[in-house]
Order: sequence, then C-alpha cells, then structure tokens
Amino acid sequence: MAQAETVRSSLAESLASETAGDSIEYLSRGKLIRRRFWRHRLARLGLPVLVALYLMAIFADFIAPYPAHTRLKGFKDAPPSVIHFGMDGNPFQPYIYARERSFHPKTFREIYTEEEDEKYPIHFFVRGEPYWIMGLFKLDLHLFGVDEDTNITLFGTDSVSRDLFSRTVIAARVSLFVGLGGVAISFVLGCLIGGVSGYFGGIIDEVIQRIIDLLIAIPTLPLFMALSAAIPREWPVAHTYFAITMVLSIVGWTGLARVVRGKLLSLRDLDFVVASRLAGGSDLYIIWRHLLPNFASHLIVTMTLAIPGMILGETALSFIGLGMQEPGISWGVLLEDTKNFGALVHQPWKLIPALFIIVTILMFNFVGDGLRDAADPYSL
Amino acid sequence: MLRIIVRRIFILIPMLLLLSMISFIIIQLPPGDYLSTYILRLESQGLVVDESEISRLEQRYGLGRPLYTQYFRWMRNFIVNGDLGRSFGSYGSSYDNKPVADIIAERLPATMIISIVSTIVVWAIAIPIGIYSATHQYSLTDYLSIFIGFIGLAIPNFLFAIIIMWIVFAQTGHAVTGLFSLEFKHAPWSIAKVIDMLKNVWVPVLVLATAGTAGLIRVMRANLLDELNKQYVVTARAKGLSERRLLWKYPVRIAFNPIFSTIGWLLPAMVGGEALVSIVLNLQTIGPVLLTAVLRQDMYLAGSIIMILSALTLIGTLISDIALVWLDPRIRYD
Repeated sequence: MAQAETVRSSLAESLASETAGDSIEYLSRGKLIRRRFWRHRLARLGLPVLVALYLMAIFADFIAPYPAHTRLKGFKDAPPSVIHFGMDGNPFQPYIYARERSFHPKTFREIYTEEEDEKYPIHFFVRGEPYWIMGLFKLDLHLFGVDEDTNITLFGTDSVSRDLFSRTVIAARVSLFVGLGGVAISFVLGCLIGGVSGYFGGIIDEVIQRIIDLLIAIPTLPLFMALSAAIPREWPVAHTYFAITMVLSIVGWTGLARVVRGKLLSLRDLDFVVASRLAGGSDLYIIWRHLLPNFASHLIVTMTLAIPGMILGETALSFIGLGMQEPGISWGVLLEDTKNFGALVHQPWKLIPALFIIVTILMFNFVGDGLRDAADPYSL
Repeated sequence: MLRIIVRRIFILIPMLLLLSMISFIIIQLPPGDYLSTYILRLESQGLVVDESEISRLEQRYGLGRPLYTQYFRWMRNFIVNGDLGRSFGSYGSSYDNKPVADIIAERLPATMIISIVSTIVVWAIAIPIGIYSATHQYSLTDYLSIFIGFIGLAIPNFLFAIIIMWIVFAQTGHAVTGLFSLEFKHAPWSIAKVIDMLKNVWVPVLVLATAGTAGLIRVMRANLLDELNKQYVVTARAKGLSERRLLWKYPVRIAFNPIFSTIGWLLPAMVGGEALVSIVLNLQTIGPVLLTAVLRQDMYLAGSIIMILSALTLIGTLISDIALVWLDPRIRYD
C-alpha cells in the first residue's frame, strides 16, 4: 500500500515536472537519449572524468612542469614531493622542502631527506621551457613550478631522474588518442566493408564473412606482435604512432563490420527502404539517408566500448617493447620501469601511470554502458 | 544434424590451410630473416661469420629458397610425417635445432594446467554470482559483483600480475616467479613437486581467473536478466511453479547459451591472455616462447604455434556450434 503511494506520488511529480511551463513538452529523440544517458549514474561520473583526462592530454605541455626527457640532476628514483601549506603568512600558500640525497651504506640505494629549513614556494603560471600548443602557438607558460634550485616531482622520478608527473601527463597524449585514432580507422573500414556485405548480400557477403571469420580466428596478441615487429625501429615517433594505430584497427574493424552487416540485413527489406528504392534512390543515398541513421546509436556504443580495448592493446605492446619506443612515450612505455618488481617495494610510485590506465578504461566502460542504455530510447 | 557437421568440417579444411598460409606470411612480415638477425647478433659480439658457415646454416634451415617453396616443404613435411620443422633456437640455446613438436609438447602441460584450472575457477565463481546478481538485482551483492566486474575489466592482466607479485614480495619476501622453485625445476613429478607448484601456481590462476570472472559475471547477469523479464517466466510463475524450479529449468538454461557459444575460444584466448602474464611471471608456458619466436623470426616455431592456436579456435567454434544446437533445440541451421 505504502509502495503504491510512493509510486503514485513520484508519477505525479514527474508529470508535474514534465508539464511544467507552458504546455506539454515534446521530447525529441536526442533529448530522450540525453535524458537516459544522464540517468545512468556511472556514466554521469565517467563523462566528466574522460573530458578532464582528454583536456589534460591536450594541454599536457602546459600542465607538466618539465619536458618529458629532462633529467633532473641529483633526483634519481626520488619519491613524490610532499606538499605543505602555509608560508609567508599565507595559510594556503603551498610549498615543498629542498631534498638532500644520500646513499644507503650497504645497498647504495638513494635515500632522500627533506631539508626543513629550505622552503620553496610552489608558484603558479610560471615561465619555463617553451613548447608548442597544438602546433600553433609557442608558449613558455606552465601551470606550476618551483625555483631553479630544487625540483618538484609530484609522482616521483624514474630510474634516469625524469619527472614522472610530467611524463605521465605527456604520455597521456599517445595513450588516449591511440584509441580514438584506432576506432576512427576501424569505423571507416567496418562501415564500408560491413555495409557492402550486408547491403548487397549473396556471394560478396559470403566471401567477406569468411574473411572476417579467418581474421577473428588468428589469436590477437601474436598478430599484434608480428605486425608491430614489422614496424622499423628507426622510424620517427609520429610514424610509429600511426603504424600502431593501424595495427590496432586491423583487428578492430571486424567487430564493427559485423554490427553494421547484421543491422543492414535486418533493415534492407523493410518497407521504407523498398519505397525509397522504387522512388529511384541510389544505393549510396539509401545507405546514408535511411539505413545509417537507424543504427548510428548502436555504432556509437560499439565504438565507445572498442576504445578501451585499443588503449589496453597499445599499453601491452609498449610494455613488452613492441609499441611506442623512446623518445615517444605512452603509459605502457612508462610501465616498463615496473618490470623489476623488486624495485617496486622501494619505489611504489612507479605504478602511478597504471592508475591512469585503470581509471581511463573504467570511465570508458561506464560511458559505454550509459550509451548502451540510452541508444534505444524508446525501449522500456 | 549430421549433414551440417560434415559440411562444416569440409569448410574447415580449406580454412585451416588458409590459416597456415596466413601464419607463415605473418612471421615473414618483419624485415630480414632469422639468419640475418643471427649474423648481426654474432657480429655485434665481435665474432666473424665466414661464408661457408652462412651457407651451411642456410642449407640447414632451408632459408635460401623462395618463400612459397619454404612453405610447401614445411606443409608437406607436416602432412606426410607430422613434422613441424625445427626451432632456430630463438628461445635460448637449449632449444636450438630442437623439433618444434617437442618444444610444444614440453610447454603444453604447464599451459594446460594454468588454462584449465583458471577456467574451472572462473566458472565456479562467476556462474553462481551471475545468477545471484540477476535474481537479486540492485542488492548489495549485485552492486559488489558489478564493481568487481568493472575492476577485472579495467586492470590489464600483466599489470595485475605485477601488482600481486609486488604485494606478495613486499609482505613475505617470497618472489612468486616461475612455477617451481629451483630444486624442483627439473625434478620428475612427485608429491613434493606438486606442493611446490601450488605455492606459485595460484598467482597466474588468480590473475587469469579475475579477468575471466569479471567478463563472465557480466554476461551471465545480462543474459539472465533478459530472460527473467520474458512472458513465459510470468506465465510459469502464475501457474504456481516453485521459484527455484522456475529459475533452473528455463531461464538459467537459456542464459548458458552464449557461454557455450564461446567455449571454443577458451583455450586460444587463455594462451593469448597468459602470454604477457607468463612473461611477467616467468612461467614455462607457450606464451613466452611464441613471443621470442615471433620477434626473432624463428619461423617454423612461431608459425606452428600460431597455426595450432588458430586451428583450435576454428575447431572450438565448430564444437560450440554443435553444442548449441544440441543444447537449445530452437536453434537450427539450414
């Protein structure tokens, strides 16, 4: 009884909210999709986090206090800087202590001690190393930094004294955009080949389907390994990057092609398509105007859920040394430093890039799940 | 039914041949061949390689001839004698000139143990949790299983292996690499060896099982939820069938379908998935051998492994399809 009461009151509430204003609101398909998506709590968390991550990647050079390959003298395997607050009478002024390096008498491992009498304030919007923003403007402004005499290492440093925070932020560019690039290429291939297969059917369909079966039967990892082993080592970073994106999409397009084909097969004999054909619509026109909009949302879902797989693929390849190579860096390259798990006991901060990978993959899955719920706004 | 199976087997044969060709081509993709990288390696160590040695090696590996002759010789030997060729020794000198079949046979037991044990663990954990999650939607357990599912999805296998090794090492000082400790590595099988193995084997099993469990819970839960909302369930309930009987007799059975349809991919997926984990954990499985073989263009070794894995996938798909027809009479192929 009480339950029925709450249902009734919530119904009345939603009716009231929908009819509020001048008249009964008519919700377009887009509005319905947005509303559905927003109701998915995890997706609501995932989207802003992803936007933040991508913004971080785009403005990486501005956020990172140091360039990716600058070696900070005297800071080999240094732990993360501890940030303190309150300096010069300002209780919110952040500062760090200078650090003194010594060596463990037996193991010769670096030991860093904070010099409590040497305080260095963290300045915001400081001038530093110049960089190009999106290849358009040259800037030397950095989000934060400290005076020349010491170094700020938020995530610690690696085994050759490079700042892990700067490297993680800059490596995000490769790691995050490899997924987008790979999906874009898969999208073109998948739509084209799947579209041809599903729309024309018959012998073409049979041949294409068998090719896809074959491609799927080849185990992914060895295929990735062989293909990326074929990338010449001496290629510049940009070429290697593009080649890896291609390698990832060679496998990626098959799933998309299957979705496109299946949808086309079920749609192509429906009345409105036949009508359009009788009215003289060309094949391309019918595919583009009538068929694509019918399954665009499913495509978007499949694509969103394909991105994390590609990011993981790049990470795994780079981790075993087949993906990006120095000086190109991605999160997988940064994780190569964790192969020596004995050192991890003393330098656990080297796992921080892994956190970024995990969060990114999680958020993509959240958003993908939300999109899947929203893709078909007319279902219950 | 029989006709379908026979027809599918006939399609399988040309597919397998094509696959063997593709795997042979894949290995040849990187520039150079095994011999040139081998000579480069010797030269970098300051050794001079003379002409007669090169031609002797070329002779031995049959590398001088064009690619298609190499392929046909390899295939003919395989079909006639069951001989997969010999390794060039890409994975350490102990494998130099060793028959590929022997290497695979040597590495197979560990691979199978890890794959089978983790599969059993995955099923034993994921299926009950999936069913419970679906029947108790939005309960605490359901949210917990969704959470575990996402975590398993988001942490790459090899990273998970590193994290576990790090934690175990930091806590106990025991380094969980390899399947056996030194004294048991080459010892014959005994109870002590099995106990020794159990100390380490749980790490790869845990790593592989977590990823698998995460995926399977999601699939099982989604399938069952779809089924539970169907009319026939409501009808059966209205007619007074007990909840337990209702659940197990129909919806659960149907929810199993997608699991059976992917059963054939289990082994290849495990071998692919365990490759990186095995490299990190230094296990004596097929994965690491495959990696170095592909990288150093040890072509008969790499080609054979890729071919066997692909063949297993194809045969597995066939078995799954047959199992599906047998399990669910609604599915009929014409």
